[in-house]
Amino acid sequence: MEALYAMTTGILAASGLFLALRGRTFPVVVGLTLLSYAVNLFLFSMGGLQAGAAAVIDDSGNYTDPLPQALVLTAIVIGFAMTAFSVILAMRARADLGSDHVNGNRVDESREERS
Amino acid sequence: MNHLIVMPILVPLIAGLALLLNRDGSATPRRIVGLTATALLVAVCAMLVFQSTDDTIRYYALGDWQPPFGIILVLDRLSAMMVMLTAVLAFGSLLFASAGGDEEGSNFQGLFQLQLMGINGAFLTGDLFNLFVFFEVLLIASYSLLMHGGGKARIHSGFHYVALNLAGSALFLIGVGVLYGALGTLNMADMAARVAELDGDRRVLVEAGALLLLVVFALKAAMLPLYFWLPRAYASAPAPVAALFAIMTKVGVYAIIRVFTLIFGPQAGSLAGLAQPWVWWLALATLALGGVGVLSARDLRTQAAYLIVLSVGTLLAGVGMNSTAANAALLYYLMHTTLVTGGLFLLAETISIQRGKAGARIVRGRAVHQIALLGGLFLLAAMTVAGVPPFSGAIGKALLLQSASPAQQPWLWPILLISSLAAIVALSRTGSTLFWRASSSEKNTDKHEKNPEREQADKGEKPEKGRKEAVSAGPLRIAGLLVLLGASPVLMLFAGPLTEFTHATAEQLADHEAYIQAILVRDSMGDGS
Repeated sequence: MEALYAMTTGILAASGLFLALRGRTFPVVVGLTLLSYAVNLFLFSMGGLQAGAAAVIDDSGNYTDPLPQALVLTAIVIGFAMTAFSVILAMRARADLGSDHVNGNRVDESREERS
Repeated sequence: MNHLIVMPILVPLIAGLALLLNRDGSATPRRIVGLTATALLVAVCAMLVFQSTDDTIRYYALGDWQPPFGIILVLDRLSAMMVMLTAVLAFGSLLFASAGGDEEGSNFQGLFQLQLMGINGAFLTGDLFNLFVFFEVLLIASYSLLMHGGGKARIHSGFHYVALNLAGSALFLIGVGVLYGALGTLNMADMAARVAELDGDRRVLVEAGALLLLVVFALKAAMLPLYFWLPRAYASAPAPVAALFAIMTKVGVYAIIRVFTLIFGPQAGSLAGLAQPWVWWLALATLALGGVGVLSARDLRTQAAYLIVLSVGTLLAGVGMNSTAANAALLYYLMHTTLVTGGLFLLAETISIQRGKAGARIVRGRAVHQIALLGGLFLLAAMTVAGVPPFSGAIGKALLLQSASPAQQPWLWPILLISSLAAIVALSRTGSTLFWRASSSEKNTDKHEKNPEREQADKGEKPEKGRKEAVSAGPLRIAGLLVLLGASPVLMLFAGPLTEFTHATAEQLADHEAYIQAILVRDSMGDGS
């Protein structure tokens, strides 16, 4: 389970990082979102992975560490707000700069003009 | 319980929420609420500083959950000093903003208060995860403030700033997660106690987590490989916001000091001081590049932004030296540099308004109207920032140079002194271009009696809000400038008591055993240590 979980997190983080390094605002936003998912999963696993244990506490004493759950909830809320903000910002940038390129360059337009 | 400690968070929170409720209508009530809250914050922080001088480390357990289980706010000399500095800087910036800049967009006053809440929280918290939360609070407010008023340059640099900081937040969480996984706690005092008892594998994990945190803090502080976002963002931000942002890089510096002197202090065995060698070399490189940047800037605001990079390099070099004397020196320098670079942004804005089209660009242009006042303030600011002897910058830099050990001197002395020289050269060139070369061109226009027409033309071109009172800076703007730039002579006059304070602060920082004891002593039953 740990290996699968680690691979999932790793692939998510790698895809997020790849997209975050793209030149256009939409892939960047999606990439940052994926990265934050990967981070949330990672944070969630920090108390150790346990199957069949109670989420917080039960009589048997077999329960998972509740703190990472609290942390990940906070992180999800913050990440969600940040994603919403960056989407709006990307749209605003598209409207104000006339380009969805992160550097504000009109890459496509100039290429079209040249060709 | 001592409820005063939570006030630097509650006051801006309540004021900020109240201001967000009242978004329309006349700006005056909002300004009054904002300024009153900030003045109250200054008073509260002054009381906190006074409390902290008895060398006891106080904490405030939120919800009365005892540490290390609950969330705590910690008041020691360092955090008291930082919140005080924030409050003074915020008061000066807000005075300046209340002259009209706050109405260029919506919600300025409310966001300003929320940003203050985030900054104060980051300085006061004694819990690593809450440091993250307060970072996010101050960041999300800063995103909106950075783009206050709109405009292409702000949106453009704003997106870079947001994307970088989102990536930084992701790294922060990974670092926090790794540290929690290895140490089983997020309370800084408890972490410091547990780092000492680590075994082999976990030690490696903790080291990785700690260095990830260093990357995040270096991004906030704008240390060398991670400072490229800063000049653009700060230069395009509205002046009062840029002035407040002068403390934001210091939040990063503070976090580096707090985490790497407390958690990874001498008690941490082989992990002790693991960040300082990195910080030392990168800080020197930051200093060198900051000097180049200051020389190459073609705009007063960009120049001020590079002066921030320069000051961050200086501060982090102090952190890298990792001695009590160096910490004391850097804390004095930190007070000076935060206030004066903040003031420099306000001054750049005032000058740029009065120069019409030429703006803050360092080119021959129309003369400023209040040449004696602005020129005098610029001279004061430039001499202070560059570290010319009578003023506070020189005292800070001299203390820092003095505290370098013989092995560090050959590196620190030339780099710091040459970068200061670069700042002097650049600022004197800027000053002479802005004030002297310009006044001759104004005489020419006077001869042709074109000046009034030109002014009208300028006014016609830029009828936007905030540019209306282009003629001379109003009393609020001057008051804001004087609060921030006037800090320099005050810091100089009271250099004796202040350096005593920073020295005691550095000694308190070095004594982490006392910190751990102050936080964890009451619950020695439940802690198991």
